[in-house]
Amino acid sequence: MDTFVQQLINGLTIGSIYALIALGYTMVYGILRLINFAHGDIYMVGAFAGFFIAHGLGFAAEPSLVGFAITLLGSMLVAALIGMAIERFAYRPVRKYARMTTLITAIGVSLLLENLGVVIFGGAPRSFPQLLQNQNYTLFGNAAISKSQILIFSVSIALMLLLQWIIYRTKVGTAMRAVSFNLNSAKLMGINTNLIIAFTFALGSALAAAGGVLTAQYNPQIYPLMGIITGLKAFVAAVLGGIGNIPGAVLGGLLIGAAETFVVGYGQSVGIPSTYRDAVAFSILILVLLFRPAGLLGSTVQEKV
Amino acid sequence: MSGAPEHDAVEATKEDSILTEAARAARSSGGGGGGGDDARANGGGGATLRTDKCTIRFGGLVAVNELDMDVHEGEIYGLIGPNGAGKTTIFNLLTGVYKPTSGEIHFQNKRIDGLRPYEIASRGVSRTFQNIRLFPSMSVLENVMTACHIHAKQSLFDAVVRTPRFGRDEEEHREYCLELLGIFDLARYKDEGGTSLPYGNQRRLEIVRALATRPKLLLLDEPAAGMNPSEAMDLMALIRKIRDRFGLTILLVEHNMKVVMGVCERIQVVDYGKSIALGLPEQIKNDPKVIEAYLGD
Amino acid sequence: MPTFVKRLLFAVLVIAALFALNAMLSTQGLFGFGLDDYYGRLLTFIGINVILAVSLNLINGFTGQFSIGHAGFMAIGAYASAYMTVYHAPGWELALAGMVGADAAHVLIFVLAIFIGGLATALAGLVVGIPSLRLRGDYLAIVTLGFAEIIRIVILNIDKVGGATGLTVPGYTNFVWVGVFAVITIVIVHNIVRSDIGRALVSIREDELAAEAMGINTTRYKVLSFVISSAFAGIAGVLFAHYNKFLSTADFTFLRSFEIIIMIVLGGMGSITGAILGAAVITILPEALRQLPTVGLFGQEFNFADLRLVIYAALLIVIMLTRPQGVLGTREFGMNWLRRAQKRPEGDEAVGADTGVSIAERDTTPTADPVEEVKNK
Repeated sequence: MDTFVQQLINGLTIGSIYALIALGYTMVYGILRLINFAHGDIYMVGAFAGFFIAHGLGFAAEPSLVGFAITLLGSMLVAALIGMAIERFAYRPVRKYARMTTLITAIGVSLLLENLGVVIFGGAPRSFPQLLQNQNYTLFGNAAISKSQILIFSVSIALMLLLQWIIYRTKVGTAMRAVSFNLNSAKLMGINTNLIIAFTFALGSALAAAGGVLTAQYNPQIYPLMGIITGLKAFVAAVLGGIGNIPGAVLGGLLIGAAETFVVGYGQSVGIPSTYRDAVAFSILILVLLFRPAGLLGSTVQEKV
Repeated sequence: MSGAPEHDAVEATKEDSILTEAARAARSSGGGGGGGDDARANGGGGATLRTDKCTIRFGGLVAVNELDMDVHEGEIYGLIGPNGAGKTTIFNLLTGVYKPTSGEIHFQNKRIDGLRPYEIASRGVSRTFQNIRLFPSMSVLENVMTACHIHAKQSLFDAVVRTPRFGRDEEEHREYCLELLGIFDLARYKDEGGTSLPYGNQRRLEIVRALATRPKLLLLDEPAAGMNPSEAMDLMALIRKIRDRFGLTILLVEHNMKVVMGVCERIQVVDYGKSIALGLPEQIKNDPKVIEAYLGD
Repeated sequence: MPTFVKRLLFAVLVIAALFALNAMLSTQGLFGFGLDDYYGRLLTFIGINVILAVSLNLINGFTGQFSIGHAGFMAIGAYASAYMTVYHAPGWELALAGMVGADAAHVLIFVLAIFIGGLATALAGLVVGIPSLRLRGDYLAIVTLGFAEIIRIVILNIDKVGGATGLTVPGYTNFVWVGVFAVITIVIVHNIVRSDIGRALVSIREDELAAEAMGINTTRYKVLSFVISSAFAGIAGVLFAHYNKFLSTADFTFLRSFEIIIMIVLGGMGSITGAILGAAVITILPEALRQLPTVGLFGQEFNFADLRLVIYAALLIVIMLTRPQGVLGTREFGMNWLRRAQKRPEGDEAVGADTGVSIAERDTTPTADPVEEVKNK
């Protein structure tokens, strides 16, 4: 039981990170029907931005909550700006073309960020500074939760609530929903769709960057290609939940995080080696899509004849 | 049925070739084949298409409600009703795009509800679409040739190694399609993009494409939509002509009353998914229920 | 039979040309003309990529189904055949050599390996395709990618084929093999596309509902094109494995799948010649970038060759911004017989579940270029 609780805590920790990144995928998809393959790399950029902010402002030496908050917000800001720049210069010009074209552009941006990362930061992993004094708290029995895990949970939940508030309670959120419902109609209703799309990218990128900084508090190795697999799994999470659906992205993220951890923790005993960890997300996805072709919370709309 | 196999001796491997023969037999038997005389018989005989308490619900909405239809072989049957009455939904039920929530659909005394659209098409039911659905990248001729698929005798192997059978098959379809296009005065546009034709011609091309499947029952979904009066007149003549020439049964949804009254032999009126009247054009014109349905709109 | 003679002549010419090229690539050279080994390698990889791109184009370009898991199928072909050539072929080859001679035995064994690779992959394509092709658009894409990754991870866990350490494979492949199969792939895909089946496939891409209404069993043809496409990916995998002489799952990640997608989008979706061109460009480009000089700029040395991957990515974006329909758009290049009616690249328009506006608004500019029409007459 203790190990079960422990696995669950660890799984949900990873799951919250996936969820944060998945939100960006799902929002951009909801609005543009674009799989933004570069999104995972924004997560990497966020982690590196945090790294340099923490070192530059001296938070690395002295752990403090303020230092952590500034690092987090700073990296979110940097990522938001980069996300907006990518949208403006790479995606907007090809928006009117076939989806394959936009997809390849996204892959190009992703490769560009990764390879620029390798050139600028070097390929070797760097160690992200601990921004808060880490500490373990014992829960029932032997299950423990670390301060960084608590941090990940609380910050993720806060950000998700904030996002929910933005989307359902603010004017810009209403506009986002309108654009995702029908871009052209939204435009005709006088919504500045370009602005809303840029804002969506900023929002998604900021969340991914938060995911990057939070991950780095839990697992301090950061490197330029760290966004590839994590980004892919977060995308899978978004599709699993029903792409375009915001609660779905959170649900998908948590599910995949938990399932993965359980496979690593318990798989051995039922004959699944832990090396299958990276296949878990895809297997769940495929199984779910076979029965619910639009994901867990997505809905299919019948084509008009 | 198994009338003279003539040049059909070329390996009748595909079960589809039976359909070819059937279509050919129907064609050679000339217009009206079967006629409407013995058609009234309940549950069999002359009714080529029959629906039995056919119902479909979308969530809470009952789009088609216990519809009974009885289309006789060789007739031109009109289906009319105010906007949103469920006419296109009925077409979608008949062609397998939707499955009825309850009730049955029979074509030539065989149940077809629950079959997939391509299966229904290969049994001899073909259709056009209200919002034209040609294949945009294909030329006029390719659009029509695509619809010859059911009757294609070439296999994957034939296509890959280009056997003589492949050449014959392609040539045969090509000629048949050109002939069909000729009937509709479209042969000269054969190499143009299908969707680059003017609107009226696109509608006619859709009819040609539907004919290329060599159907026994043709469903036309607002064929005169967007046509000017003289085009609509031509269309009426054409509908009669193809019925006679190919021994077809035609079911027609149309808003243009002139066309409906001019060409249909019997008319059924639906409103809110329910059948409210059925009869000859003259009867329908004067039916108070029909007038109310249209005026109460 | 004149067509038969023509075809035979074509085959003989192709094979002769391939042998001549192969001889040029060998150490002796052909009549004293020789090409560097480096170019041989490049040409071989172009050939393998042509097989991959042209076959992927069948499902993505012509049938309009969005599959991005080609590398997974390539892996199945590579590993299935390698298992045979590593564990069984030496014995069989020896036995065969006694009967038909060493050279013939060598050829026969590799033909068998290619057959096994292609068949295994075709079966995998069937298993993956039947459930997946019920999905549409992006959902299909992510599922094919998922299957490809699962295949890779499963292989990674099979120690018998090298698992994480890799597998050394005998080098059966030479340029002639690759060339012959590249030509076979092109001819077969071309012949399929220009047949009743091809029209059925294209009609599915254009309007699935109308295709069904015309009697086309769309599921069957989607699966068919998926299986054929996979089988060729498997053959490409066999050729790759026995050319590279070393197999590692790192060669079959989703990035490899993306690379193949890039080739067909670059060349123009739904164009065979475009796919060939795309394969050539994407194979040569990274190599060409390797040759970039070191330049002194702003008092600093810039080694552009080190930046090649950055430049590659940037070029990709620039190409998409400037030639969004691919280099050839939808046209076929040159020869009349390769031409199809003009079509629009559409990606995967059939995302039926779209309530919103897709970013793939249909291109309304006429794709038929009258000048081009006349030229090709």
